[in-house]
Amino acid sequence: MRFWGQALEVARVDFRIEAREGEVIRIVMPFAVMALLVFPLAMGLDLSTLERIGPAVFWALGVLFGMQVALRQSAEEAVSRKDLYALAGLDPAARFAGRALSGTLLTIGFFAALWLGMVVVYSPGLPAGWPGPTAMATALVAIGLTELGTLAGEVTAGLRNRTALASLIVAPLAVPLVVGGSQTMDSLARDESILPWVLLLLATDLALAVAGVGLARPLEEASR
Amino acid sequence: MPISLNSVGFGLGGFTILSDVTVSVEPGEVIGVIGANGSGKTTLIRMMATLVSPREGSGMVLGARLGTGEVYPVRKRIGVISHLPAVIGQLTLEEHLRHVIRLAGLDTDRIPAALRAVGLDGAAERSGSASSFGMLRRTEVARLLISEPELLLLDEAFSGLDSEAGSLIDTLIARTLAREGAVVLVSHDRSHMQSASRVFSIGGGTLRTAP
Repeated sequence: MRFWGQALEVARVDFRIEAREGEVIRIVMPFAVMALLVFPLAMGLDLSTLERIGPAVFWALGVLFGMQVALRQSAEEAVSRKDLYALAGLDPAARFAGRALSGTLLTIGFFAALWLGMVVVYSPGLPAGWPGPTAMATALVAIGLTELGTLAGEVTAGLRNRTALASLIVAPLAVPLVVGGSQTMDSLARDESILPWVLLLLATDLALAVAGVGLARPLEEASR
Repeated sequence: MPISLNSVGFGLGGFTILSDVTVSVEPGEVIGVIGANGSGKTTLIRMMATLVSPREGSGMVLGARLGTGEVYPVRKRIGVISHLPAVIGQLTLEEHLRHVIRLAGLDTDRIPAALRAVGLDGAAERSGSASSFGMLRRTEVARLLISEPELLLLDEAFSGLDSEAGSLIDTLIARTLAREGAVVLVSHDRSHMQSASRVFSIGGGTLRTAP
């Protein structure tokens, strides 16, 4: 089976496991919805303020909970499963690609639900022509976050404080994604070009993809 | 030669696990290794499976030098049953087999026959997490019946199995030998070593010919 065949097989099984475990829908999503409601509850019904902070809240919660999707427990692999994959001839780079693919699609679904919730709760004044650029920016952020989470998971595989360590690795590296995503929306609202921010997101995603594919084998071997 | 280890050593966190281990296995041969818990048996099996590299000495497995990139393509020719079954708990036994067999690029049409051969045709839809230890072991045997490894490494493979399931392991060994493959049998129990032509004991990370 070639690279993409293996990657698609890994992604397919990841989806099947997520469908059964329901970690994103049953655990991450309810907490994200609760967090969405915290700001209106804390600030009262000051509608003009809520309208202004809506997109910022979306990006803050998107990154926080998006990382939870990328680093979810069900995506962890026991040593025995890693050995099984190695002996089945699974290319670690294909495994990275497959996990990043399934994680990206899950994160995009999560972002879509979170965006919908934000629009309902905050009723932000959205600029004309927002759907296309917003969808593109959120998709690029989702790709980057998932690549980052998958990479951090590989770097910290087998370590005792895995979750805490992975978050520490991810937080600083997620900055370009947060800046790119939020500034795309801001530029759109101010009727400025979104190109620099889209390029920043694309460059970050590409760099993470190259790092993930290139480092997959050495990281896997080092984690044994 | 399937396995050739020359004075290999391995340690972890300042502890020596294997020290000055020299052993070779010929095609068509079964060797046995007995040792107590914590004696280094599992690390030895993982090294023979190319999953860990020697810190000292050198070794070759199926013609690939350990600790180099030569081992990646030969891994598909190695079959391992470890003391803990490697079956994905969230998948059914049949789904798990299909997943691993697809990744290996092998023929998934052979899965029903393999499940029948290990007596799991009636339990194929049961999830890994809801299966008994013996069922997980049988699933691993089914996988190896399909993948037909040249080198079979069995780490406490008989533990926790009834006599019928134990005979499946014997079948696996016989089929590997029929293909001129090699088998390494590791156990803490000498009674599992009947098929071995040579038996070694491991203690304190050192391998010796067993009396």
